[in-house]
Amino acid sequence: MAELLFWPALLLYGEAAVGYFGEVRRPGRAGRAATWGVRLGWLAQTALLAAQAARDDGFPWGTWASSLSLFVWLVVSAYLIWGCRRPYRLLGLVVMPLAVALLVIARAGGGTGSASASHYSNLFLVVHVGLVLAAFAGFTLAAALSGLYVWQERRLKTSPATILRRQVPALATLDELALRTVAWSVPLLTLGVAVGLVRLVARGDRLDALIAATAVTWLVWCAYLGLRLLGGWAGRRAAYLALAGFVLVVVVRLALPATHFA
Amino acid sequence: MIRLVLVGTSHHHAPIELREQVALDRDAAKALAARLAEGGREAACLSTCNRTELYVAADDAEQAERDAVAALASLEPDVEPALYRLHDRAAALHLFRVAAGLDSLVPGEGEILGQVRVAHELGAIGPVLDRVFRQALHAGRKVRAETAIGQSPASVSAAAAALAEQVFGSLAGRSILLLGAGKVSEQAARNLRSRGAEISLVANSKTERERIHERLATVDVVIASTNAPGLVLEAATVVEGLRGRKGRRLVLVDLAVPRDLDPAIGELDGCYLYDIDDLEQIVVETLSLRRREAERAEAIVAAEAEKFHEWHASLDVVPAIASLRARAEEIREAELQKAEALLGRLDESQRRAVDAVTAQIVNKLLHLPTVRMKQAAVAADGVLYAETVRHLFGLDEDER
Repeated sequence: MAELLFWPALLLYGEAAVGYFGEVRRPGRAGRAATWGVRLGWLAQTALLAAQAARDDGFPWGTWASSLSLFVWLVVSAYLIWGCRRPYRLLGLVVMPLAVALLVIARAGGGTGSASASHYSNLFLVVHVGLVLAAFAGFTLAAALSGLYVWQERRLKTSPATILRRQVPALATLDELALRTVAWSVPLLTLGVAVGLVRLVARGDRLDALIAATAVTWLVWCAYLGLRLLGGWAGRRAAYLALAGFVLVVVVRLALPATHFA
Repeated sequence: MIRLVLVGTSHHHAPIELREQVALDRDAAKALAARLAEGGREAACLSTCNRTELYVAADDAEQAERDAVAALASLEPDVEPALYRLHDRAAALHLFRVAAGLDSLVPGEGEILGQVRVAHELGAIGPVLDRVFRQALHAGRKVRAETAIGQSPASVSAAAAALAEQVFGSLAGRSILLLGAGKVSEQAARNLRSRGAEISLVANSKTERERIHERLATVDVVIASTNAPGLVLEAATVVEGLRGRKGRRLVLVDLAVPRDLDPAIGELDGCYLYDIDDLEQIVVETLSLRRREAERAEAIVAAEAEKFHEWHASLDVVPAIASLRARAEEIREAELQKAEALLGRLDESQRRAVDAVTAQIVNKLLHLPTVRMKQAAVAADGVLYAETVRHLFGLDEDER
């Protein structure tokens, strides 16, 4: 029964993704329809996650595929904070197709169905998985903001005549929001990783590739924060660094998880 | 019925030489409106650099039009052939288009809305002009809220400010450096200042310009418009100035021909350089966008004009409806009076119930005729219906 909620969530996210493409061609109605698609899709996915949690009586996102579904929900939640405002609608062009693709992958991996019981405690899973995923969702949004920054800056430099055709936030605003998002996300990742490491040491487990890659990701985002706050980095350079950090997030989320979740 | 009359001229019909003769300041516009309103009429005068228009609401439309024409001709006799004369629905539609900026030289310009508001405030206003001006202001605001007609810059100086906003967001507290002080750069600076930016330095002399790199570390916007034959600011100087900026962005606007700012500056990280061609292209793009939006705006204005027409036409039948309702109420009260002997036995709550029921019967009986008369008024049969109702219910006899 709970699985049925997957389809409205996917369809509404899909509608939003298509709507945002329409917004690029002709700003207005398509963008508004897309925003409603995001809102309603998010509600449907929230209901799906709640139904999963109720059915499994605990934290049902301990597997790679189910954690992907939770990750999608966190990304869309973070996007909803700004995405409903008109100037930020173009962010949806990056966020929503990504959400659709990841949700489909999560479904294919069985992440939207019922989960087998985890040998980890609920508290550990909530803190470790929840915090790491929340941080990654923040990094994803920061990368989307940075991508929009690079695109808008290029337009400002090369084709100013058409710059006012689309409502996009000012460069300074995009830059500041990316910084703020990362400033919230790095402590979450730090805490999530620390909890995981404590558990790892206590159980006498070995480091795996995903833990190593996560550590590199953490270092890159810490460097981002340090360079921005102390080194005077801003603008294009910082945006490229955020995009590089996001590549690591993709690797950690999609390429390496099999060993870690096994 | 009170008719709405418009007599006026605008940039479409009269050259500046004629328009300036009939342009009125606030006091003169107020006085003229008051003069035209004598004899129980309503009048308002809308006077801007592009138009002078007199709006009069009166029972005798022909006389009102003659008086308005005479009033403008007394200011400049040659203006008469350039005057347009519109009545009722057409006059209202014209005012709505004016308020929406659709009749302006630059479609969607925002200043006109304030000027319509002033005309409303200074006029000798009664119910008809109050309604038409309020609805015009509403239409103007609605057009600006629901279309993009007024959102983009329509001048070089506004384009420069819009580009700076694309980079910085709010311009509040941003500092401007003016290189040279030509008229265009002054306008651009004024536009930026109106959005909260501050002028930190005007570098007019050669000595001041030689020390520009020191200032580049602190300013946010540079506007250049000198008469210098060559470049005033080289890319190397800007690179030097950028060292102290810690990644802060710098917008440079070159309004001079030949150019003052080295084009290579635009390639530097964090520098956004625009010349006069860039700004003019934005204005051209903006005007074409405004024209596209004007089509949507026309539909909004037409819908508002239709609403006004419905209200205005209903004025034909309002007196008949009022008389009919008064007559019905009179009959109801008289019949209740006759039944006083019976009603006297009822307690207070029962009497109130009887009163409410009879009032409801009257209202229900009159509801459909009222609606139908208002509909007929819009379809231009209102007067006929009103006469018929008066005859059938003997309303005129009562009044006699």
